Amino acid sequence: MDIQIWTYIIVGITFALYIGIAIWSRAGSTKEFYIAGGGVSPLANGMATAADWMSAASFISMAGLISFMGYDGTVYLMGWTGGYVLLALLLAPYLRKFGKFTVPDFIGDRYYSNVARTVAVLCAIIVSFTYVAGQMRGVGVVFARFLEVPVTTGVYIGMAIVFFYAVLGGMKGITYTQVAQFCVLIFAYMVPAFFISIQLTGNFLPQLGFGSELSDGSGVYLLDKLDALHAELGFAEYTSGSKSMTDVFAITLALMVGTAGLPHVIVRFFTVPKVRDARKSAGYALAFIAILYTTAPAIGAFARTNLINTVSDQEYASVPQWFSNWEKTGLISFDDKNADGKIQYVGDAEKNELTIDRDIMVLANPEIADLPNWVIALVAAGGLAAALSTAAGLLLVISTSLAHDLIKKQIKPDISEKAELIWARIGAAVAVIVAGYFGINPPGFVAATVALAFGLAAASFFPAIILGIFDKRMNKEGAISGMVVGITLMLFYMMKYKLQFFGGGTAADWWFGISPEGFGSIAMVVNLVISFVVSRRTPEPPQNVQNLVEDIRFPRGAGTASDH
Amino acid sequence: MDNKEKMKEYWRKNLRFLAILLSIWFLVSYGFGILFVDALNTIKIGGFKLGFWFAQQGSIYVFVALIFVYVNWMNKLDKEYDVDED
Repeated sequence: MDIQIWTYIIVGITFALYIGIAIWSRAGSTKEFYIAGGGVSPLANGMATAADWMSAASFISMAGLISFMGYDGTVYLMGWTGGYVLLALLLAPYLRKFGKFTVPDFIGDRYYSNVARTVAVLCAIIVSFTYVAGQMRGVGVVFARFLEVPVTTGVYIGMAIVFFYAVLGGMKGITYTQVAQFCVLIFAYMVPAFFISIQLTGNFLPQLGFGSELSDGSGVYLLDKLDALHAELGFAEYTSGSKSMTDVFAITLALMVGTAGLPHVIVRFFTVPKVRDARKSAGYALAFIAILYTTAPAIGAFARTNLINTVSDQEYASVPQWFSNWEKTGLISFDDKNADGKIQYVGDAEKNELTIDRDIMVLANPEIADLPNWVIALVAAGGLAAALSTAAGLLLVISTSLAHDLIKKQIKPDISEKAELIWARIGAAVAVIVAGYFGINPPGFVAATVALAFGLAAASFFPAIILGIFDKRMNKEGAISGMVVGITLMLFYMMKYKLQFFGGGTAADWWFGISPEGFGSIAMVVNLVISFVVSRRTPEPPQNVQNLVEDIRFPRGAGTASDH
Repeated sequence: MDNKEKMKEYWRKNLRFLAILLSIWFLVSYGFGILFVDALNTIKIGGFKLGFWFAQQGSIYVFVALIFVYVNWMNKLDKEYDVDED
């Protein structure tokens, strides 16, 4: 059977599964809609968190990025896993004990201020929208390549599916579809990795194959071979990379702290019954995420080796079928500069004749390695699962922010439960449509704003939450001034160096040699310092708030989350 | 020892656990994976340079272990100070 028929079958089965779960787990109350009734088991929540977290970027782009960046790709691997340690140790248990529905809920109550709540709502919405646009785009690209429908149609299909289970089931529907999506995506990621690891090194576990000898009988280690190929072709050494140490440090920190401050991740820990479960499910979540994240660098190295071996110095006329397939999409292009009919793929930009979009490596990898058609179809279903699960989690944050944090908490506090639920559904529906619009008409700054999402979360939420838990003396003056200065500084730096506003600038002008991607860590430190200094010069928080801080430090008495 | 003192002691012990675990967290990722990566790369285990391995594999395994150690310690501590949820 050809790839397209396999893809229709596998994608069709998985979509039917998601819809079935959505119908089975409809939400009947706001509590079910916002936090799945608060009765999710830690294991199920761990899987759902992992699916929520691993987006189209993790599934489709990350291994490709690493395969082109080598050691420098470490920033994503450590940055997007290490944040869970912070989350489990410093945030999740306390926020669970606090026991409300959303992150702005915590900020608003802890800092006894609707200004703080509104700032938090705005941050949550900006962060979530920048993220979700990328997910819908990912859905469109997968459809376009594997089912040969236009990207726009792909986005419509994705919207319809997410609409169905997010609007109908809220957090409850999303949680159980995410459990299914985790299983689909991890299976789809691992199967080709096992195949390729065996092909290249004879060791079926990619985590070990990555450090093994090549199975071609040469007795050379895979990574040594890769370093040698890179040296020969004039690329930076694979295992050393080319970014400065300061920048690698700053980006890793910004991504870790940003991870721990992302509202769609934090809110998942409100769905478990106990504080103890919140700690444990953070552990499960990271364990499930680690399966993919320790495989990704192996895939990166395998793909890089296979790619160089397949295309470097080969006759253009005799390239394999996958090369021509991707050429049609414009994601691979060849320009025979010296007209010798061969592909020169080298580090020197003047002589290099091949341009490859980094995003295609995971999708093209099974084809490059000549794996069976059903494996390629499986990868398509996995990419869709990753994109849809993350999109749904983000849409829920947007809908909750509107219905709960704005309408219920600020505009119309006496709204009935039923009316609030209707607003939550309207919010989710509007968010799906807006996200779809951005998926079809991606703004040019998407790439820039994804990094911005992490920087923003690091510069705003993270310090405000941490200080709210660990510093009893922190007051609203300190937290609000810290958040405002942190975000403003981050926005300024991103606009200046990413969008060339305020006079712009190049890498040479970066402050302390830190790229915009890593600047979130500086903005976070500035936020912490300002919060601290301002809070010590203004009145201490009221006694009832100090009691609240005292209370969240001890697990006993954490009923399921409630609405006062 | 009255209850308030006891609660303070619980919190101090919690903070000490956090300090220990976060030091390890920092050491394996920022230490082994970034700051000392060149020195560790002179050591090879199988096909891996050690610094590169910590950056792309080892640190992640340690992260997972740290959370489960924390879960274990805290469950015991909660029982000891009678603030657990059962």
